[in-house]
Amino acid sequence: MNSLKNKSLVSINDFSPREIESILETAARFEKDPPGRLLSGRVIAALFFEPSTRTRLSFESAVKRLDGQIIGFAEAGSSSVSKGESLKDTIRTVSNYSDLIVMRHSIEGSARYASEISPVPIINAGDGANQHPTQTLLDLYSIKKTQGTLDGLNIFMVGDLKYGRTVHSLLIALSNYNTTFNFISPAELRMPDEYKIILDKKGLKYYEHDDFTEIISRADIVYMTRVQRERFSDPLEYEKVKNIYVLRNEMLENTKENLRILHPLPRVNEIEPEVDENPKAYYFEQALNGVFVRQAIITSILDLI
Amino acid sequence: MGETKQLSVSAIKNGTVIDHIPADTLFSVINILGLENISNQITFGTNLESKKFGKKGIIKVEGIYFSEKEINKIALVAPAARLNIIRDYEVVEKHQLTIPDEIEGIVKCFNPACITNHEPVTTRFRIVSKDPLRLKCHYCEKITDEEHLTII
Repeated sequence: MNSLKNKSLVSINDFSPREIESILETAARFEKDPPGRLLSGRVIAALFFEPSTRTRLSFESAVKRLDGQIIGFAEAGSSSVSKGESLKDTIRTVSNYSDLIVMRHSIEGSARYASEISPVPIINAGDGANQHPTQTLLDLYSIKKTQGTLDGLNIFMVGDLKYGRTVHSLLIALSNYNTTFNFISPAELRMPDEYKIILDKKGLKYYEHDDFTEIISRADIVYMTRVQRERFSDPLEYEKVKNIYVLRNEMLENTKENLRILHPLPRVNEIEPEVDENPKAYYFEQALNGVFVRQAIITSILDLI
Repeated sequence: MGETKQLSVSAIKNGTVIDHIPADTLFSVINILGLENISNQITFGTNLESKKFGKKGIIKVEGIYFSEKEINKIALVAPAARLNIIRDYEVVEKHQLTIPDEIEGIVKCFNPACITNHEPVTTRFRIVSKDPLRLKCHYCEKITDEEHLTII
């Protein structure tokens, strides 16, 4: 019995740990043995009310490699939204033309709302600062693939932990496993209390640091995010901390063999380009993993596996 | 002293009396219960003297008994309100209000980027904490706390 059949994926909380495992297993199978024309005759709508080239191309590649058709728009300006059409009307109309809708929107909660009015399943490809569950699933997949397990890992999250949507969702997902967290951020961008409460309730260990050069040798995964100047109320504070959260090759010298560096991309300057050639850099492979994971999600929801 | 003041709001024969409503939320309570749309006899008083609140409001509705679910909706704005069920001029039941686990369409989401503030979507919250009051939006998943609570 496929519990994911016709289910929308709006928030990482929508999928049980078992359903997440099932997606990761399917993605691994697809990576090893491409499933051919599994989406033949299917139409997937990709509605990008807010542009996101990387995510859109990943979904398009995922669908097209399985011989599916993809329709939609890359920005709201080229759709009826620019004429003032409501989200409700757009979703109701497009659901007539497609078997599943992938949507990205700057308004938070838009995907949840769409899932309530759409007769076809919705996959949230990002709703403002709220959720981006396919990113979280591909992060989990990348961690499992490189570490062989999701259990008992020491995860370092670095950078903007206050506003970073990807680290919040990843934390929630990893809180189902016996994870140790290390949060490395400037004081202004600390992990919000509501997430620490979740870890406290589950009895998981976490530590907060200002810097990570001394402790990086303990990490299994370093998840880098960007520290943005706009997040600081005092520009001097930004100047003080901006170089602390930049990863360089020399910092990786005495680290574990299995350590891998992840980043949701786009990267700006928080990882030096010299790191790209380091065997511990994994962010571009991570992006490739997104294709297998999105294929697994779409085909599971359409009950084709 | 309070008793003589209360006499200015006449007694009812059968129905519901909601007492101990903070005076400044009386109109929210009327609104939440949809009292403007019913044709039964309703009397209400506000800015009445109260030892507990300083000023309080009271609502008396003739011939209507609210369901628990309905009446608990007002717990967010009038948590100390007391519900008296009247039959033949006598108080036959008294209820304290309890804050429900989920609320729909009463509170505005605090997050300006939330869909409920952009399209005509009924707000929905799960109560994650009753004291202090913290509501989690079903749509944007952000928390609205007591300090930022606005009744629609």
